Amino acid sequence: MESTVLTASKFGAYFGKNHVLKNINLDIYKNKITAIMGPSGCGKTTFIRCINRLHELTPGATVEGNIFLHDEDIYKLYPIILRKKAGMVFQRPNPFPSMSIYENVIAGYTLNGIKLHKKEKDEIVQDSLEGAALWNEVKDTLHKKGTFLSGGQQQRLCIARAIAMKPEILLLDEATSALDPISTASIEELLLELKKNYTIIIVTHNMQQAARVSDKTAFFYLGELIEYDETKKIFTNPKDPKTQNYITGRFG
Amino acid sequence: MAHIDDELEGLKREILGMWTLVQLQLTKGLESLTKLDKDLAREVILSEKRVNSYELKLDRDCENIFALFSPVAVDLRYVLAVLKINTNLERIGDIAEGIARFVVDTDNSFDNNLLDITELLLMYEECISMIEILKKAFETEDSKLARSIFKQDEILDEINLKANEIVASYIRNNVEKTEQGLYAISIIRKLERAGDQCKNIAEEIIFYVEAKVLKHKKD
Repeated sequence: MESTVLTASKFGAYFGKNHVLKNINLDIYKNKITAIMGPSGCGKTTFIRCINRLHELTPGATVEGNIFLHDEDIYKLYPIILRKKAGMVFQRPNPFPSMSIYENVIAGYTLNGIKLHKKEKDEIVQDSLEGAALWNEVKDTLHKKGTFLSGGQQQRLCIARAIAMKPEILLLDEATSALDPISTASIEELLLELKKNYTIIIVTHNMQQAARVSDKTAFFYLGELIEYDETKKIFTNPKDPKTQNYITGRFG
Repeated sequence: MAHIDDELEGLKREILGMWTLVQLQLTKGLESLTKLDKDLAREVILSEKRVNSYELKLDRDCENIFALFSPVAVDLRYVLAVLKINTNLERIGDIAEGIARFVVDTDNSFDNNLLDITELLLMYEECISMIEILKKAFETEDSKLARSIFKQDEILDEINLKANEIVASYIRNNVEKTEQGLYAISIIRKLERAGDQCKNIAEEIIFYVEAKVLKHKKD
């Protein structure tokens, strides 16, 4: 029996009067990779930015309905606490340029004023970099700036930074779009490992990536959730004609 | 190991499982024929359900791999080959079942003389050998080994060609054994078709390994 981690219930979002997400009802399951796919402007990035309440940082942005993390309404949680539980990795790798690799990984604690002993920090850094399959490549250069790494390594550093906070959910917004095919493949392999310990939501416009990596796929179109099912079913026998047209390349 | 490699390994395990089952059907079928062991023949018939289940699962697995991984190059050829070998093995399973049904239906042991003159047992053994060789060829990606069964298939074709005249003569001289003669002809036809299925499997292995299409080419 699959266990639900996150539930969106009649959820909607606006930028001013622009209704960008409409009546989204969706369950996200524990230790699964859920892909959210759809054409540009369908609301997929907006949706995951609502999950960790980055959406509300945009002036004029509002929401309706609910998103529950376990049984807690995320709009009743302190946003900083929520963003520890739902860590995000963005399209462009963004290690903090003034920080070393070590400092980047531990940044979540530092910036939130959480004091740790050196031994605790070292453990967190090593565990997180190992978890992001980066430790062996950088263990002897932890003092170097994160921006000296390759694109793929920087993105894995960002993943390490996110998992250092021991989140429940990892949100990846087109996290491999800016990477070369080899780096993309290494991140995809990493996600398959990470899902043993985390629940992962990926936003992607790359259908083949969604097909390769995810357990469940949600297809969004014009702000609506059109279809949500096992990835195998979506890609072998989708129920909705819009989903079929999208995955067969007939629109979008 | 890339995710697709896990899937392809899984596919390999499944098809080899099916292969082993079909081999077992054939070897048990031969034994049931020579000893007129109806219980053994019934085992062959019952195992056909498992062969059919394998076929359905493999079809689904191949479909999923196409849909989810969009394989190309050698991976594409591999999945295409497995899809077709799946069908060929299922048909060989049907053939083994069909021969086993003759054993269950007949009341008399086969006349050894009839078996000798038609070379029916030789044909059956060649068939079993071909399946074994092809399984190894598939496992080890050995297209040369796969090619080696073409000569064996020629043997089956020759036996089949001579069978009508031999059995007709036998029936003329042994009218009371007409039914046996007819069964023998049917079994020979089935084994000849099994040989054709083996040839198809060999062609698929060659296609997968060498990217060469031998289908419909003159020998």
